[in-house]
Amino acid sequence: MLKIADKTFNSRLFTGTGKFSSSQIMEEALLASGSELATVALRRVDIHSSQDDILLHLNHPQINLLPNTSGVRTAREAVFAAQLAREALETNWLKLEIHPDPKYLMPDAIETLKATEELAKLGFVILPYIHADPVLCKRLEEAGAAAVMPLGSPIGSNKGLKTIDFLEIIIEQSQVPVVIDAGIGAPSDAARAMEIGADAVLVNTAIASAGDPVQMARAFRMAVEAGRMAFEAKLGKQGSQASASSPLTAFLDEL
Amino acid sequence: MSFKQVFEQHPWEEVKASIYAKTASDVEKALLSEKRTLEDFKALISPAATAYLEPMAQLSRKLTQKRFGKTIQMYIPLYLSNECTNICTYCGFSLDNKVRRRTLSEAEILQEAEVIKKLGYEHVLLVTGEANQTVHVDYFKKVLRLLRPHFSMISMEVQPLDTEEYGELIPLGLNTVLVYQETYHQEDYRKHHPKGKKSNFLYRLETPDRLGKAGIHKMGLGVLIGLEDWRTDSFFTALHLQYLEKTYWQTRYSLSFPRLRPFSGGLEPKVEMSDRELVQLICAYRIMNEEVELSLSTRESEKFRDHCIQLGITSISAGSKTNPGGYAVEAGSLEQFEISDERSPGEIARVIRNSGYEPVWKDWDTYMQGSMANS
Repeated sequence: MLKIADKTFNSRLFTGTGKFSSSQIMEEALLASGSELATVALRRVDIHSSQDDILLHLNHPQINLLPNTSGVRTAREAVFAAQLAREALETNWLKLEIHPDPKYLMPDAIETLKATEELAKLGFVILPYIHADPVLCKRLEEAGAAAVMPLGSPIGSNKGLKTIDFLEIIIEQSQVPVVIDAGIGAPSDAARAMEIGADAVLVNTAIASAGDPVQMARAFRMAVEAGRMAFEAKLGKQGSQASASSPLTAFLDEL
Repeated sequence: MSFKQVFEQHPWEEVKASIYAKTASDVEKALLSEKRTLEDFKALISPAATAYLEPMAQLSRKLTQKRFGKTIQMYIPLYLSNECTNICTYCGFSLDNKVRRRTLSEAEILQEAEVIKKLGYEHVLLVTGEANQTVHVDYFKKVLRLLRPHFSMISMEVQPLDTEEYGELIPLGLNTVLVYQETYHQEDYRKHHPKGKKSNFLYRLETPDRLGKAGIHKMGLGVLIGLEDWRTDSFFTALHLQYLEKTYWQTRYSLSFPRLRPFSGGLEPKVEMSDRELVQLICAYRIMNEEVELSLSTRESEKFRDHCIQLGITSISAGSKTNPGGYAVEAGSLEQFEISDERSPGEIARVIRNSGYEPVWKDWDTYMQGSMANS
């Protein structure tokens, strides 16, 4: 079972809640996905209302909320938004997203590290969204991040695991769970991420913008389970090393 | 460095000739490219692309859904004042137009805001003419302080201001500023703006630079379609957008494409743009730029708007009044322009849902931009 901070998860598929054609379909897709952690953009919810449409549709005992700070540009804004979120949504979990670049939504490593340091002191369970940068991941771990969320490719691009070489290093080195976030475009990408040893994946666009989001959510659920099972069963080595026809070391036997 | 230097490297007539010289194979190349250039954009808005409207629409829808999902943002204008010291040949609020002038007081603004809130709106666009004696930065500061507790996102479409003035308004909750060039054709611009501060073409042209320097979160660009050749004007809009995205990379951008609407005693459009051509332009903007927001107002007809929801538009208004006091204070007063789609926000929301999209009323919060302590 996956454990992040004090919580355990049966499902290793985390989901986003944006881009759906209705809150109803979002809810159905999330239930079909089996996800137990759903990220919610703070800017979308009315934190002063108990009747917010998105939150009402996420009101299931197995679904934990992971508020995100999407839209903020600096550590200072992120810390401020996080405190409001904690108060309003009654959770100290936070997906820390600081992307000052609104075009490609690229995360700001410097501001994210600064905010993580501050928020850790304030008692938050922080899951920072960042580049697939192994050194940054170690720095965030030291600063008190509960998990790291490196990107597979740009948010919403559905391009898959373009950063796979760096993700493998991050997974090898990390002492906190690694959640691969952003760019996972198809169930096969999610399965691959799990096969290389990711602890979980976060999927939004690929489910929300599918022709049938509920069916796609189910497909991702199965892919994540299959990928994890394959990782645990230990994949066979890829047999690409051919045996040389005239061995270079055979002469040693003749000496 | 400002957009002026970039602008001056693109003579109007040369641009126009090169758009009209684009061929079917230029259009096909543009449609097949992964990363598109301004030359591709020229092809997509050229007469040669009219034969490719359906594949353009399909691609535009796909790209829009990838970035924005199946959602449409809802906003509504709140006209604060129709006082104006400019003459603009196409505008109902022009100085030489005999209408009763009014600038809303704080109490009146709150009355209007209450009606708008009841309609469900969280995103409001404040609109004024240009009357620097009465509707100045201090007035805007007062209004922002007044409205910030009531709305999640506040945008403005008012006279161009200086960098420092924008700098004073942003911490008070100003998120977005719309400033339309009207036309990038300098001589024609002069003809349509003979009097008032707005007659200064370059001051207006450099307004987005001043907004970028002030650190605005979002800005909106566009031209008034009907004043000049829409293809050439739209190229300059795209050129402006490309320059701004590279220079002020922390800002988001939106585009509008208002077609000249009749008003009492007003100017007839010099150039007509058909519905088909407007669809072409919307799709061309989207295919050129996957991230830019595209906005459609109630100037357009019901049927046209209903179909545009699926074509690449990301935000629309509904239930709009274009006169100060129009929602509550003085409902019957003369509007800036006639609106074509008079359906209520609730009706439009239903149309959006029936098209398989979710109407989004709130996608921001004033606390996302710095601490409230600033105000």
